[in-house]
Amino acid sequence: MTAPAERGVTAPAGVGAVAAPPMVELRGVHKAFGPLEVLRGVDLTVRAGEVTVLLGPSGSGKSTLLRTINHLEKVDRGFVRVDGELIGYRRAGDRLHELSERHILRQRTHIGFVFQSFNLFGHLTVLDNVVEAPVSAQRRDRAETVAHALELLARVGVADKADEYPRRLSGGQQQRVAIARALALRPKLLLFDEPTSALDPELVGEVLDVMRDLAGSGTTMVVVTHEVGFAREVADTVVFLDQGRIIERGTPAQVLDHPREERTRAFLSKVLP
Amino acid sequence: MTVSSRASGPFAAHAPPTADPADSAADSAADSAADSAAADPAGSAADPAERLIVVAARHPWRWVATAVVAVLTAMAVHALVTNPAWDWATVGQFLFAPSIVRAVGLTLRLTALGILAGFALGTLLALMRLSGSGLLRAVSWTYIWIFRSVPLILQLLFWYNLALLYRSISFGIPFGPGFFAAGTMDLVSPLTAAVLGLALHQAAYAAEVVRSGFLSVDAGQLEAAAALGIPRLHQFRRILLPQAMRTILPTAGNELIGLVKGTSVVYVMALSELFYQVQVIYTRNGRVIPLLLVAAIWYLALTTVMSVAQFYVERYFARGALRTVAPTPIQRLRASARSVEASLRRRRSAA
Repeated sequence: MTAPAERGVTAPAGVGAVAAPPMVELRGVHKAFGPLEVLRGVDLTVRAGEVTVLLGPSGSGKSTLLRTINHLEKVDRGFVRVDGELIGYRRAGDRLHELSERHILRQRTHIGFVFQSFNLFGHLTVLDNVVEAPVSAQRRDRAETVAHALELLARVGVADKADEYPRRLSGGQQQRVAIARALALRPKLLLFDEPTSALDPELVGEVLDVMRDLAGSGTTMVVVTHEVGFAREVADTVVFLDQGRIIERGTPAQVLDHPREERTRAFLSKVLP
Repeated sequence: MTVSSRASGPFAAHAPPTADPADSAADSAADSAADSAAADPAGSAADPAERLIVVAARHPWRWVATAVVAVLTAMAVHALVTNPAWDWATVGQFLFAPSIVRAVGLTLRLTALGILAGFALGTLLALMRLSGSGLLRAVSWTYIWIFRSVPLILQLLFWYNLALLYRSISFGIPFGPGFFAAGTMDLVSPLTAAVLGLALHQAAYAAEVVRSGFLSVDAGQLEAAAALGIPRLHQFRRILLPQAMRTILPTAGNELIGLVKGTSVVYVMALSELFYQVQVIYTRNGRVIPLLLVAAIWYLALTTVMSVAQFYVERYFARGALRTVAPTPIQRLRASARSVEASLRRRRSAA
């Protein structure tokens, strides 16, 4: 139903990938925290190589939506698939059985997640932060992982901080390390939960630069952010959420410059300078 | 490469001339400053901020208090040294007596077993308290409630007299047949009863200490570990525990020191740990005070070693938690020696 708009958006990435399953597929996702319904039937498709930005007022459910993609939040109804694989559940007939924690942890190694508050491990050096998961979760060779980690740290521009502890780094540097840590698992997909919201204004740019670089290299990304400028420049698709529903989606030009919905317009008028 | 090096040629050639005017400007400024100083040889009005001398506030009452405490300390030391009732000769005679040293060994063994078993069980209880299962939480809570509420000495006597409750203990299938049974008296020796009593009592406190450590770690740490797919056991050992240690250690140090002294309660079971041993000796020779002093000196020595060890262990687990790690006493000593030396040198050059 939304195919025409998306095909137009992702022409370069989608050319050879007509038959491939979408990288992310959410169908009828519902989620409530007690009496509070946060997600009320969300359908979303993200193709491989695409950058999708989720916009919306606070409390609209965009962070929760992002967290359902790697099962940090369980869904109450509906399902999430990443690269064709059900996340967090195993289907038997018409039943979805929740997977064991070990299984879910293994699924998450394919999905990188970057937090608003970085959540670097404070007692480990920058290098150990990056090396930890590939070695313990993917059982990769340590020497090879260290080499890869140093490469990634160089890519995000903090190679000289490899032996520092995270608290000695600026917020922007910490977030770039967190991105390198997520990339170390060689994920199929990267999720960003307001990656620049905890940063001083002058540090936002350095993190967005790294993300821009990733988007340019064909990484599939879903980004929750308030950086409308970043969305306009980098996103293939912009999705606008309000009160747990997707209100509008399309190219940045469609959603940001010519929003069809009144609520989108009202939100943008507050966010845009 | 060649282009850029050629390009830098002219720039390099240009550099001296462009630098010259600035230099000469600075020179002339310095000259004029020197001129004005020469015009005003006293220099009184030239730069008042430079000439002011900072004088620290005086604290006369601090000196009075210091003097009073010094006199009191001297009196205390004098009383300790001169009163013959302390009988320092006897203290010296028994301090390293083989029976005392052996008793210290037993005290240390009881402490080590008590603290290790106590914290192992305590960690398990803390995990149970944080479990999703209501039964596990309830059992953990009840355990802590009972073992913290009943005095240690009473618990020790319970274990000592276990044979009065259960004549034999059998191992087998719960409620089913037993494979192996042994008399309680043979199985639970006084030493076992003492270790059991100390460890089970310690576990109740350790559980709360460990739990407070777990709660002190930011939830984002485990969330990040989960998002990275790090296996559960690894999350616990590599991410949660090392960071919880920062909160656990100061209180655990308290517990350890408490237990060193707490082992003295075991004297009720006639086990020859330190406190029991000095009692045995002074009932024989009547020299109560010097022998109590021997025990006190040993307890003091043991806890001193543990306090020092605690400092360094805490320092190890503080890595990454602070922007700068606190200096060790030796580093601090060196730093203060340096600053004293520097201030002496300053004073000498001023004089």
